[in-house]
Amino acid sequence: MSQGMVKKRKTASGVEHTHGKDENFDELLKPVFKGKKLTDEINTAEDKWNLLPAFLKVKGLVKQHLDSFNYFVDDDLKKIIQANQLILSDVDPEFYLKYVDIRIGKKSSSSVRDYLTPPHECRLRDMTYSAPIYVDIEYTRGRNIIMHKDVEIGRMPIMLRSNKCILNEADEKTMAKLNECPLDPGGYFIVNGTEKVILVQEQLSKNRIIVEADPKKEIVQASVTSSTHERKSKTYVITKNGKIYLKHNSIAEEIPIVVVLKACGIISELEIMQLVCGNDSSYQDIFAVNLEEASKLNIYTQQQALEYIGAKVKTMRRQKLSTLQEGIEAIATTVVAHLTVEALDFREKALYMAMMTRRVVMAINNPKMVDDRDYVGNKRLELAGQLISLLFEDLFKKFNSDFKASIDKVLKKPNRAMEYDALLSINVHSNNITSGLNRAISTGNWSLKRFKMERAGVTHVLSRLSYISALGMMTRISSQFEKSRKVSGPRALQPSQFGMLCTADTPEGEACGLVKNLALMTHITTDYDEQPIKKLCYIIGVEDISMIDSASLHLNYGIYLNGTLIGITRFANKFVTQFRNLRRSGKVSEFISIHINTHQKAVQIATDGGRICRPLIIVNGGKSRVTAQHLADLMNGELVFDDFLKLGLVEYLDVNEENDSFIALYEKDISPASTHLEIEPFTVLGAVAGLIPYPHHNQSPRNTYQCAMGKQAIGAIAYNQFKRIDTLLYLMIYPQQPMVKTKTIELIDYDKLPAGQNATVAVMSYSGYDIEDALVLNKASIDRGFGRCETRRKTTTILKRYPNHTQDIIGGMRVDENGEPIWQHKSLGPDGLGEVGMKVESGQIYINKSIPLNSTEPFSGDATSQFKETPVVYRAPEASHIDQVMMSVSDNDQALIKVLLRQNRRPELGDKFSSRHGQKGVCGIIVKQEDLPFNDQGISPDIIMNPHGFPSRMTVGKMIELISGKAGVLNGSLEYGTCFGGSKLEDMSKILIDQGFNYSGKDMLYSGITGECLQAYIFFGPIYYQKLKHMVLDKMHARARGPRAVLTRQPTEGRSRDGGLRLGEMERDCVIAYGASQLLLERLMISSDAFEVDVCNSCGLMGYSGWCTTCKSAENVIKMTIPYAAKLLFQELLSMNIAPRLKLDDIFQE
Amino acid sequence: MSNIVNIEYNRVTNTTSTDFPGFSKDGDNAWDVQKFRDNFDINISSINERDANFDLVHIYTSLANAFRRIMMSEVPSVAAEYVYFMNNTSVIQDEVLAHRIGLVPLKIDPDMLTWVDKTLSEEEKFTDENTVVLSLNVKCTRNPDAPKDCTDPRILYKNAHVYARDLKFEPQGKQKETFADRPVVPCDPEILLAKLRPGQEISLRVHCILGVGGDHAKFSPVSTASYRLLPQINIIQPITGDSAKRFQSCFPKGVIDINGEGEAVVADARKDTVSREVLRHEEFEGKVQLGRVRDHFIFNVESTGAMTPEEIFFKSVRILKNKAEYLKNCPIGQS
Repeated sequence: MSQGMVKKRKTASGVEHTHGKDENFDELLKPVFKGKKLTDEINTAEDKWNLLPAFLKVKGLVKQHLDSFNYFVDDDLKKIIQANQLILSDVDPEFYLKYVDIRIGKKSSSSVRDYLTPPHECRLRDMTYSAPIYVDIEYTRGRNIIMHKDVEIGRMPIMLRSNKCILNEADEKTMAKLNECPLDPGGYFIVNGTEKVILVQEQLSKNRIIVEADPKKEIVQASVTSSTHERKSKTYVITKNGKIYLKHNSIAEEIPIVVVLKACGIISELEIMQLVCGNDSSYQDIFAVNLEEASKLNIYTQQQALEYIGAKVKTMRRQKLSTLQEGIEAIATTVVAHLTVEALDFREKALYMAMMTRRVVMAINNPKMVDDRDYVGNKRLELAGQLISLLFEDLFKKFNSDFKASIDKVLKKPNRAMEYDALLSINVHSNNITSGLNRAISTGNWSLKRFKMERAGVTHVLSRLSYISALGMMTRISSQFEKSRKVSGPRALQPSQFGMLCTADTPEGEACGLVKNLALMTHITTDYDEQPIKKLCYIIGVEDISMIDSASLHLNYGIYLNGTLIGITRFANKFVTQFRNLRRSGKVSEFISIHINTHQKAVQIATDGGRICRPLIIVNGGKSRVTAQHLADLMNGELVFDDFLKLGLVEYLDVNEENDSFIALYEKDISPASTHLEIEPFTVLGAVAGLIPYPHHNQSPRNTYQCAMGKQAIGAIAYNQFKRIDTLLYLMIYPQQPMVKTKTIELIDYDKLPAGQNATVAVMSYSGYDIEDALVLNKASIDRGFGRCETRRKTTTILKRYPNHTQDIIGGMRVDENGEPIWQHKSLGPDGLGEVGMKVESGQIYINKSIPLNSTEPFSGDATSQFKETPVVYRAPEASHIDQVMMSVSDNDQALIKVLLRQNRRPELGDKFSSRHGQKGVCGIIVKQEDLPFNDQGISPDIIMNPHGFPSRMTVGKMIELISGKAGVLNGSLEYGTCFGGSKLEDMSKILIDQGFNYSGKDMLYSGITGECLQAYIFFGPIYYQKLKHMVLDKMHARARGPRAVLTRQPTEGRSRDGGLRLGEMERDCVIAYGASQLLLERLMISSDAFEVDVCNSCGLMGYSGWCTTCKSAENVIKMTIPYAAKLLFQELLSMNIAPRLKLDDIFQE
Repeated sequence: MSNIVNIEYNRVTNTTSTDFPGFSKDGDNAWDVQKFRDNFDINISSINERDANFDLVHIYTSLANAFRRIMMSEVPSVAAEYVYFMNNTSVIQDEVLAHRIGLVPLKIDPDMLTWVDKTLSEEEKFTDENTVVLSLNVKCTRNPDAPKDCTDPRILYKNAHVYARDLKFEPQGKQKETFADRPVVPCDPEILLAKLRPGQEISLRVHCILGVGGDHAKFSPVSTASYRLLPQINIIQPITGDSAKRFQSCFPKGVIDINGEGEAVVADARKDTVSREVLRHEEFEGKVQLGRVRDHFIFNVESTGAMTPEEIFFKSVRILKNKAEYLKNCPIGQS
């Protein structure tokens, strides 16, 4: 193809090199990379994977979020403004206000972006990272029309690293200056100081017909969810007793489909037959009965049909319409609402409903002709941009109506002194948009008035347990299905997920299969205008649907644009080829998909947003279009990924089009019929599953377990981890990059922010403290820093101001007679705050805060002794050190104090560790180095793992990791365990032999205890181990006496409340069965909530102090001990007019 | 019974010696000093400041192992135990820096110090007899002479890297005289402790005391001390021609020679790493027997630098002797 284009790109990519973010990827694209030089022979089969880093360079890891947000702020906002651009007054017909334009974070007058408070400052100061929304307005003031630019109507939270963010295209130096981590993927929001992610939502595609069948009830239905800016509604075409009806929420009962079609103006029954059945006699047989139904109802004309429908419509209108008008209204606006009707021409709608009917008829005729709800091609992903767009439009509408109300209020007043300026009242409501957006993102409750939609849990706090957990969260997809329902369909692994959604990464338990993750090389499309595509189709030979007679409709292939029939073609293959050629040459957006569905005789074109797609190499005539020369140019930096798209070497396919293609996995598999070639097979996995070495050798659930555990591993979080003040942060002191890497690890920079250490592992039985997956740790290794980690915990205090001008204060430290601070105040400085670096022990104070006793009444003047001490006391089993103290001012001018406490932890008994193969275990014993086995070199293991962990788990990948790791250690190289690739086991064994080791990785070991040789050879070598966040120190708990709950006087529950350990129902059952009644008495009453009551034996009610208030006597009052909860129950029963009376008797009669 | 441990393809046999009294009815096998003296042998292959390689021949496994264990965990040495921070504005946390300083091996003869009584209070615990004080005072500044386009922080700034050599000895009391001829320095001055940037500084004092490796690995005087058994290769049937070449390649260089007749002969079994590669090949099945001499220990002692390896070994012998003597004098032993 054109050389000129390549040349032009060269300069363009030259400019890109100055961009900061590219530096990371530049390394991947440098002439010498991982020991490979440019002069090395280029092998397409081996080196085509270089397209992957090139793809990620362009797309980044969370590009789907950024793209969607960028689309929202750049394009969607403008559309929203246009749709709601006019505000008119009910009072003054002369008045109007019109929105002309909208911008975020930039004034039209200035060429630079507004200054935004940097994201890290927002995190620290509990602020929202947002930019002002400016609109240009045009309105009338009296007789004049006034233009006003840059009116701020609120603030929009900004997605980090989007094109409105100050980090956009920032280089590493700028990032460092802003205290940001250059490896942080962005894609989240900062609202009130917390990082919030809007998870990707999976939904059934809108405006598409889905045909389903219920063989038990003999129901076949075609449904379509119509979604427009204004409303959402669902239309069904269903069978009932063999007849076909139309069903809609706003129509009271099902309407025979023939009536509906007649209402749409298709009166001829022949034409109805032609539209629905064509000339297929079996379809005609199935459908004929419906015609009868209509004639039974005596409906022959359009008017009759419309009136019939109009009579059934549920209306909530104020002014009554005639039934005819109701019918017209229903057909025009409510049924299949996404099609707009112009000039009461219902033909398009009629065709659409005829198509729905036809699909139902087809499904009746052949039960296989139904759609699969779980098929990924029928799903659409809703991203942050779309969700915020919905929210913003709702808020903007509310803003406008409030604005209009206040304008009306002013204009209503007769004879105003001044001419009214609408600009004055615009600012009054601007807080609505700001706080509305903030509230929705921070609570996750999306409530949209116009769709009557309430959705909770849309946003989540970005988990910063590890770099991987943050990254994993950005690629997560949550489903709308209910978690509690026991359905297998939506949870199952779909073959169509291949390459789009990670096959391993899903949680265990109730959300299994419902929460998914994106694969490594995916893109989610944004909406694209369909009008140009429609035009284009007509240009390349599609016959317009409005020109076609009904008889010939089903003789040819129908062309469907986003599910709507727009025309037919006789040469479907030729049309599709032409269309694809246009797309490959860049005349049409690369994300528009086209495919043929032969069963339905349809060519489907999709331009809508939310489809998942991925790039593939185009194959022509049995040859890959990407040649060695192209790859060489890519590695030279002469080509970038986009050039591959422009040159027509690579294209994006969505799931539907992928299914219409013949994709070769490797170059050797290409046959003359192949249409595409896979770029790299390991991209079936996502970022999190990509950490696993040799995953293709593992049993598949193990990979899934590792995906869950990789997110709990303690390691490095970000380059700015020491600057962050998070509620809880776990960091590893000496993290290492794994000996056995994968290509994914390099691509997602896990080697720069690792979470684990390479431990020398001996797979053997030792000491018996290693049963049930427990691990034996080497004490000397721990002494030298193995598995050390750090926790950092934040405490926030706000110094409140009160209405009477008093305020919380920070007191100094109290000293004893020698001038030394008292023990509680030992870690305080003279300012009453903990000093950085000081140790705080349990019971000591680190913020000496006092609050005024009187905060409501006016200030009396006497300032002293009016404060009550409310210090922040440290309570924990282990001491901490003060790491940072931050004083700032929050948004509402109150002093904000954050203290960060740090704790250094060495591994101890019970701490949890895991390898990268879903093999978790706790430390069972810590053994002195001299007791551990050692090999000829004197090396003793860091960890001993029990061999029983292998047979049932079948994690062969772990064994290969050990051998590759050992070979790497001996060879001084990092080996690869990439999925479907990686270093070969034979090569690794060869290295071991050359270095004087056994090929199997098993060494002869000596017992450290006896000094003799062990009788078995021991599998011995390095395995990457992760320390997981579950540590004994955070869980250990015991109690003898302690606090009790106020209401029941029973011991409190939970470690955080110093609670007791519950002897539950089942334990109680055991004790009853055993017959240990005194133990029961002791456990359930004496040690819990024993209470002495005075019971009157004559009335059976409780009195007090030996006196029965009911009988007014002390005669029959008896003291007895019952559980306080029982006493409470009696009293509660009394309060609802039930008298529980106790009858007391002696068991042991004298 | 032979004193050869058999190295088989998938197991090791004859690992335990049986020459102790009561095992078999013939020969009492009682330990005899004279017999031990006559048989016992020490061959030193190499010895220098940091490591030593020597053989103990004809010695009980338990004894050899006891020396190994004692060298690792019971020979006392001096290491930093208490770190007092005056100031630390670097990115490295106090606890981590203290841990790193603790692991730095120090060139102090442990005999110069006495044990610290840990029951005493903080004020009385440390004296000039039992504590060595080190201090670390570094401040990072910009280097005005650095070339403009330089990016290496070590040139750009002064004291960008803090090394073990920056730990300075502060003699206390009479230590000025006692340590006059051998001032305390880290054994390896190039150990990186921390990295600084302009404006950051570290100021701290370190108290170094005597300890044993059992308490913490930093007190261990050896990086590692271990032994291996002398390998033995027994060619049962002659291996000749190409087969001999292949046989040779199954072992590290210098283990197998091919003599004039083209027959493989064992040149130096000591050099073998016992990779068991020969046992994998069918053609050598039954032709070769691998083994290790059970009472021939090839010791390898790597010192951290405070003491010479032979001194460590001698100390281990002395400690074992003291233990034996203690046991001998124990009331239980005298009954």
